[in-house]
Amino acid sequence: MKCEYRKFCLFFMLSLATVLLTTFLTNCSPQTQKKDQPVSIKIWHWMSDREDAFLELARVYEAGTGVKVDFELYAPSDAYTQKIRAAAQTNTLPDIFGILGEKRDFASFVNSDYVYDLTGEMNKDNAAWKDKLFAKALAVNEFEEGNTFGVKPGIYGAPIDVTNIQMLYNKDLLQAAGLDPSNPPKTFSELMEASRKLKEKGIQGLVSGWGEIWMIDCLASNYAFNIMGKDKVLATIRGDVPYTDPDWVKVFDLFREMRDEGFLASGIVTMVNKTAEQLFANNRAAFAFNGSWCVNVYKGMNPGLNYGAMLPPRVSDQYPMMIWGGAGSSFIVNKQSKNIQGAVDFLKWITDAEQQAYLSKETQNLPSNKDSLKDIPAVLSQFAGAMDNTTHPSVWGVSEFPVVIEALDKGIQSIIIGEKTPVQLGAEVQAIKEREMAKKQ
Amino acid sequence: MRAKEIFKNYLFVLPAVLIFSIFYIYPFYKVFTLSLCQWDGIARFDFAKNFIGLRNFVELFQDKIWWSAMLQAGYITLIALTFQNALALMLALACDRDIKGGNIYRVIFYLPPVLSEVVVGLVWRWIYDGNYGLLNYWLQQIGLSNLVTDWLSNPKTALTCVAVIHCWKGFGWGFIIFLAGLQTIPRQLYEAAKVDGASSWQLFKNVTIPLMIPVFILVSILTVLGTMQVFVLILSMTGGGPGYHTEVPVTRILASMVGSSRFGYACSQGIMFGAVLLAVSFIQIKLSKYMKQA
Repeated sequence: MKCEYRKFCLFFMLSLATVLLTTFLTNCSPQTQKKDQPVSIKIWHWMSDREDAFLELARVYEAGTGVKVDFELYAPSDAYTQKIRAAAQTNTLPDIFGILGEKRDFASFVNSDYVYDLTGEMNKDNAAWKDKLFAKALAVNEFEEGNTFGVKPGIYGAPIDVTNIQMLYNKDLLQAAGLDPSNPPKTFSELMEASRKLKEKGIQGLVSGWGEIWMIDCLASNYAFNIMGKDKVLATIRGDVPYTDPDWVKVFDLFREMRDEGFLASGIVTMVNKTAEQLFANNRAAFAFNGSWCVNVYKGMNPGLNYGAMLPPRVSDQYPMMIWGGAGSSFIVNKQSKNIQGAVDFLKWITDAEQQAYLSKETQNLPSNKDSLKDIPAVLSQFAGAMDNTTHPSVWGVSEFPVVIEALDKGIQSIIIGEKTPVQLGAEVQAIKEREMAKKQ
Repeated sequence: MRAKEIFKNYLFVLPAVLIFSIFYIYPFYKVFTLSLCQWDGIARFDFAKNFIGLRNFVELFQDKIWWSAMLQAGYITLIALTFQNALALMLALACDRDIKGGNIYRVIFYLPPVLSEVVVGLVWRWIYDGNYGLLNYWLQQIGLSNLVTDWLSNPKTALTCVAVIHCWKGFGWGFIIFLAGLQTIPRQLYEAAKVDGASSWQLFKNVTIPLMIPVFILVSILTVLGTMQVFVLILSMTGGGPGYHTEVPVTRILASMVGSSRFGYACSQGIMFGAVLLAVSFIQIKLSKYMKQA
């Protein structure tokens, strides 16, 4: 009896250990597609607002080609970012995925052999695929000769939409303040003048998601390009021009001026973009700083919102006002995929004029295909019209240290709350920049 | 026979050892290894290539933002240790008596902890809103317009506002544990003391407090560990802003990992944070033992 009990215990313990080990090892092993399974493409993305449109496109693609496309949504974007990094480490990336992050992260994916080089496909048939896409959108996915990331020159992703970030103005509120809604402010001093009139009428000025600090970075670099030009901005990033330069102080000082004029909405430094969008959509602020994706958001929140888009009012006439823009979202092909050609074919199909027009209509995003720009809403046309003014850190060829970007953005928050002066901020950011450069050497 | 016996014993603990090793020891070892490396979390990890020794820790010791985040978490912890636990104890004492509708109060007091932290953060963000927030509205209604401010964007008030909500969200845990502790105290002790003429204060001071010391220790350790790791509320209410005024260690770890792609540095922050929490808990236990003896 005792012997049987022992045997049972031994058997139980061994079984349990085996089950645990098997479960662990099975989950750790890379996913493989069995040979007898039908051809399918797996895509990971984070775009919850486009999920329905993607599913519909997948259905159409399967009906036409017999290839099943599985769109798997992982949101929010932070969780998605972590998921693809973890999947890269375990070789479980899907056939197609998108990369969220800076150019440095993209380069790291490419250098680690996770990304298939699409240059050959783009240039096939006299560059048929490449030519139908907006060059600015492709540039975000491109690494040029001599790039600082050590990536072999080429195109590594296909843009599925185009975006840019501009200022939006509420026509009804401008009219209520005695301003001409058909002629919004074009210069910074006109903007401040408008701000005074809005203030007199008790109308809030600018709302934006400056709690998410990258949007501050975006407006600051817009004005940096306008005040000192592209070359000087890039020279600063390379470390040749200090952040204490009077031009940079002038950029920081614009935020002080906006604060002093009462142009910035109360609580803007901790405001998330969703809140800013709600305030603007509900006629509670005359201006917003937001991306072209807002057209869809505002339509959902207040279909009757009467607004327009414009470039941020310029400070200087010496250099053009540049705004962030280019590819909104891009898909890349996993170099380790067993179905690379199938994935490439699907990307070609989804960036075709018909599919792009459908995506644009359903999601109110700018299409990445040049031939799909017909029949888009008026505000979206205004965004499309500013594509020539777009630039993006991803196409600069040099990149700033993340800690410097954080110090700059948080520092501008500090200027807005009256804790720091523009001169102090310049000195602080420069000190961090020098520290990081010293570490690199 | 002896060897067989030993083998059998080890076999019994094998599943537990396996689980503990896979889910605790190995991750800790991995985090420690990463803390000695410079790695972006994307490139294939190569220890020899990425190894930088203790440089991450040296940098961490000089990172003023990290230490101010630690102090800010300490400030929230201090408020939680005092006000949150005092409130929890007071309510537990009230509910320990045979009051009418005692169970209803228990449910009400325990509601905040079971609510989603993100939802709580967003709701309170709206209440604190400088433009359209309820708090400012009510302050104006009762004639305290001079107190109206942008609660979460004002560097003087942001951290305290978050701390208050953290306490509101967390006092229910303390309440339940204190109540459970109070109910284990034999009623005869109170009755005997009353017969001897003890006042309510004397009952509290000489009967309740000494017998509740183990509970106080437990609650204070849980409060410190829970509050130092406050994160979701911060993220949903302020995102660490304005400036760095509501940054806490976990938001800094996240910023290093996601914002800067510095996995190695983030791991060294994690190790340092764990060591600080361990040290604080150790001091607390020592202090509590001393108090017990006293």
